[in-house]
Amino acid sequence: MKKMFFTQAVDNALAAAMARDPRIIVYGEDVPLLRRNLLVRFGPKRVRGTPISESAFLGAGVAAAMAGLRPVVEMYMVDFLGVCMDALLNHASKLETFSGGGWSAPLVVRAPCGGGYGDGGQHEQSLWGWLAHIPGLTVLVPSTPADAGGLMTAALQADGPVIFLEHKLLSETWIEFLGSGGRRTVHYDVPPEGARGPVPGKWEPLPIGEAAVRREGEDLTIVSLGVGVHRALEAARILETEGISAAVLDLRTAAPLDTSAVCKAVSRTGRLLVVDEDYQSFGLSGELSALVLEAGLTFKYARVCTRTTIPYARHLEDQTLPNTERVCAAARRLMR
Amino acid sequence: MFVDLWSLYTLMLRSRLLEEGIAKLWHEGFISGEMHLGTGEEAVIAGIVAHLRDGDAMALDHRGTAALLMRGVDPVAILRELLGHPDGLCGGMGGHMHLYSKDILAASSGIVGSSGPCAAGFALAAQCLNPGSIVVAFFGEGAMNQGMLMESLNLASSWSLPVVFVCKDDGWAITTQFQKSTGGDLQERARGLGVPAVAVDGLDVVEVAEAARPAIQRARSGEGPTFLQAGCVHFEGHFLGYPLLRMVREPMKEMPGVGAAITQSLLRPGGSTLRERAAGIKDIAGAVLSTLRDPRRDAANDPLTRARRALLSDALRLQELEAEAEREINQALASVSAELPS
Repeated sequence: MKKMFFTQAVDNALAAAMARDPRIIVYGEDVPLLRRNLLVRFGPKRVRGTPISESAFLGAGVAAAMAGLRPVVEMYMVDFLGVCMDALLNHASKLETFSGGGWSAPLVVRAPCGGGYGDGGQHEQSLWGWLAHIPGLTVLVPSTPADAGGLMTAALQADGPVIFLEHKLLSETWIEFLGSGGRRTVHYDVPPEGARGPVPGKWEPLPIGEAAVRREGEDLTIVSLGVGVHRALEAARILETEGISAAVLDLRTAAPLDTSAVCKAVSRTGRLLVVDEDYQSFGLSGELSALVLEAGLTFKYARVCTRTTIPYARHLEDQTLPNTERVCAAARRLMR
Repeated sequence: MFVDLWSLYTLMLRSRLLEEGIAKLWHEGFISGEMHLGTGEEAVIAGIVAHLRDGDAMALDHRGTAALLMRGVDPVAILRELLGHPDGLCGGMGGHMHLYSKDILAASSGIVGSSGPCAAGFALAAQCLNPGSIVVAFFGEGAMNQGMLMESLNLASSWSLPVVFVCKDDGWAITTQFQKSTGGDLQERARGLGVPAVAVDGLDVVEVAEAARPAIQRARSGEGPTFLQAGCVHFEGHFLGYPLLRMVREPMKEMPGVGAAITQSLLRPGGSTLRERAAGIKDIAGAVLSTLRDPRRDAANDPLTRARRALLSDALRLQELEAEAEREINQALASVSAELPS
């Protein structure tokens, strides 16, 4: 089977969709350089650089989608959505309801997210919980190249606004652009199976809102997404040597959540451990516990999340973001 | 203020030496993420900061090291912050894009354009609590397309806030050239919002310092903001490891991978017409060629070289000054290097 790097897979799926659908255009800051391979195939009318004017170009993306285009709007980082949140919060997400169901904005917002490379708390956030909080937004967080390409393909066929988050530790281009910058003197804890992996010969849309079982287990269910899935898998391998059998469920989509897959997995093990790189309070981890409780299940619960602003110092950052050690410790506590 | 080239040159030189040391630490891998240096824009910073006094504030962008050092922050505290030490300027928690000093009312941010609202707020506080104090906002010309900065110019204008808006114009918004992303003239834009605008050669520290004087005087006396557009260069591009500079500095290393992927994509069936594809190629080639011809590659555009030339007449004094700056910064670098893992 063919193998691809993570961002290579996204761009490859995007190119395949662009070749089929002339309504797809791509724009954002520095896109001519970052997406140069798309630029030379699809030309500067469909692959554009923008001024540093997020409110204008994201807001324009919403309306361009309303008027028939399928824009892929790139944000430099998900953190920078803070500058232009109005376009998503008050416009893209509301349109379908406000129009009585007759009008939607099929745009894809593509943004790198996540930490683990020392860029500080303003440039390493995850924020999928913040986005998924808003009714009307679909939020995708793939953890492998195959899922990334498949979910991008699905996003480009979806009816409403989709946020596509690309973890920087998984992305060969972002970690090089913002992290190493060509150096060989730095090391990042990149999960190899997430950064490069097998991809299908032809991209097919993956169903949005469908979780994937990454590992079967009997004693507890670890639910995660993005890089957290790989930390969970590593933890599960360690826990196995201690006689603890952990299942790992990759949500792949933060909104809509695959509630039935989560409930099914938790009902089997009776223990739910959420590994979430996003903020702990008022987020995905609490939402999952509520959904499983609402389903009437009785279970033990723990979570490993980011609780504070992400520190700049690398050793503190590694402790703040969910790491394998913290996942193992939480699992052991659940088993007591 | 009397413009004293000796002290301005000292400010610039200390900053240059410190940032060259920071670049070394970055290349050696002791600094993990992005690093935006101010090498090339020292004259803009020095020419402004030299006018500041107690009570004045600074709103900084993601390139704030030079301004903090020139304002008197301990270079060791800066270095320790960049290395993530608990006794760094911000306890190792902020890092180079998020440097703060409450003592000297200085705040930085990695969000482009955010020095605008920050300056407006510092200035509002100055207007109410500390009349006569002023605020400097530093930002690049790319930030002039950010709504919050435009809104801040208007707010400062309508409230007569004591702000000097300093646009450090190197002609590039990361990898995007000014003319590809910006409509109209920036000074006209500021004037359209009621803010007087002045252009200045940002490579000439005396010119910057002299242009800053009336702007700062205007702010101090409560007459409102001024916009200074200072042309400058960034020797390292947007940040260390800047891909366009790597392509032109080390073409044999960087270009094969880039070229192969581009060629493959260019020849892929499905997509746009040949004419559109050619236009795409032209865009990329244009960015690389502009980088090749970029003034930042020309040593004649080094603001330090220019200032130094005027000081050569007193070679002995110059030598002493340079030796003292080197001694101080080397000592700071040595003190943090001694603690690094070997």
